[in-house]
Amino acid sequence: MHTNTQGLSAVEIEEIRTEMSHYADQSAASIEALKVVQKHRGWVSDEHLKAVAGLLDLSPEELDGVATFYNLIFRKPVGRKVILCCDSVSCWMLGADQVRERISHRLGIAPGETTADGEFTLLPICCLGACDHAPVLMVNEKLYHDVDQAALEDILERRAGAPLK
Amino acid sequence: MERPLTQNIKPDGSPARLEDYLHNGGYEGLRRAVKDLSPLEVQAAVKDAGLRGRGGAGFPTGVKWGLVPMGQSAGQKYLVVNADEMEPGTFKDRLLLEGDPHQLLEGLIITAFAIQASIAYIFLRGEYVLAAERLRQAISEAEQSGHLGKNVLGSDFSVEVHLHTSAGRYICGEETALLNSLEGKRATPRAKPPFPQISGLWGRPTVVNNVETLCNVPHIIRKGADWYRTLSRSSDAGTKLYGVSGRVKRPGLWELPIGTPVREIIEEHAGGMQDGHRLKGFLPGGASTDFLLPQHLDVPMDFQAIADAGSRLGTGTMIILDDKTCPVRMVLNLERFFARESCGWCTPCRDGLPWVVQVLEDLVAGRGRAEDLPLLARLCRTIGPGNTFCALAPGAAAPLGSALTHFRGDFEHYLPRAARVA
Repeated sequence: MHTNTQGLSAVEIEEIRTEMSHYADQSAASIEALKVVQKHRGWVSDEHLKAVAGLLDLSPEELDGVATFYNLIFRKPVGRKVILCCDSVSCWMLGADQVRERISHRLGIAPGETTADGEFTLLPICCLGACDHAPVLMVNEKLYHDVDQAALEDILERRAGAPLK
Repeated sequence: MERPLTQNIKPDGSPARLEDYLHNGGYEGLRRAVKDLSPLEVQAAVKDAGLRGRGGAGFPTGVKWGLVPMGQSAGQKYLVVNADEMEPGTFKDRLLLEGDPHQLLEGLIITAFAIQASIAYIFLRGEYVLAAERLRQAISEAEQSGHLGKNVLGSDFSVEVHLHTSAGRYICGEETALLNSLEGKRATPRAKPPFPQISGLWGRPTVVNNVETLCNVPHIIRKGADWYRTLSRSSDAGTKLYGVSGRVKRPGLWELPIGTPVREIIEEHAGGMQDGHRLKGFLPGGASTDFLLPQHLDVPMDFQAIADAGSRLGTGTMIILDDKTCPVRMVLNLERFFARESCGWCTPCRDGLPWVVQVLEDLVAGRGRAEDLPLLARLCRTIGPGNTFCALAPGAAAPLGSALTHFRGDFEHYLPRAARVA
């Protein structure tokens, strides 16, 4: 089998191969493989998608069909910090719209956009499973609950949240 | 009152480690299963206990397992844990995953033994980062201590576990969509039959169980079906994690006997409504359940009683509608969610849900027409049970249809004066 893995690092290839070993059919590792690339590069470019497809023995089109289905696979560049703002019902009742509007206003971006300095991307997300502490949001891998004005300032001003690896 | 599922969960949020878990009788159920019982005896015990699935559908767990082919000729089988908790208003599995990961693992290993599956996957939503970290730690502890892997506790039974972290999309929680996702595909549901127990992951017999469901299994095996049945306050067995979110004084999550009345959960455990707010209605078990009303406060929260009241127990985590929140806008929020999360596979869901959203948006913008309310009622039937591949769109119809019935006046209020029916 000819495998074109051009553009992927040795570490990425090793991590993807480990995921592939967990499944009877190696192409089952497609989502994890895309997540490996995203962990290292922030997003999945066409070039890297092709390389992953080569590794998994899928056509790039098949793999892109998978990649574009899942909202946590980014096929466009995102900011260093991705704000996932819960917009489901419990958070909505407790002020999620106001939280999102405040973030949009402060950063000058609408949901789906990235700030010009490449620092923040704002995205909606469905219920984060912390409804007893609504409203909630995530910045990269950190969950913020009971988000009020002060917490928002902390997130936006002091630029909290772990940097994307 | 016994709280088997949450007995090890610490108030500070730190996880129960292996030594804590063993100290409280952890892995004794597994020891009993692999040393003293046959797989069919384990299945029988869970059937006798009357455990019903805690993921939303309430299917009897032992019966589900009983559909799996057994014996030498059955070949490769799989167990999949549905840890894709994404139902709006639901936050129960997170507590079990983060607070006591070994309990889930013990339930998983016993279940794999019961159906003789040698490979198990935990399908975890991508955003549950802390749960992923703690599960990895627990898997490694369980492997090193001989509870997991080759020859579990010195027996003939071996099982490997892999953690799959997902990448979003609510539809992945639907069990056949989950299987497609685990196979690395788009998460569209599959037609049933064949059911996953016969033809699941890569066409092999597969059981998919929810996190909370599996967490009950070690206790049933360790203490017996008779003990398990005594835990409840109704004809259903065991305890249940009940949650309340919305404008109550103390939103939260509690393990209580299944069949605890709604009033007790909202008023005693959640502290009642916030000052200045009155209860107008509630969704008893997540976004895809029908609204119930204050007149239902004394209904026991169990499968049958909530069904008799006109809704579903669902995930058992209630969302409270207060008198200052507009039910029409609340329903619009829910329908936007379902429209966005539709996988697009079948027409009633893909096209029906955006249509519902459009009608509701027009209505709250003051552009409603008199025929919109009957249209919404008709759309509830179009997207309802029997017309779709999976339960997503029927789930979306539940809060909409019940709101149209219970909160008719609120919908009519948005109609321009000229459009109001006399």
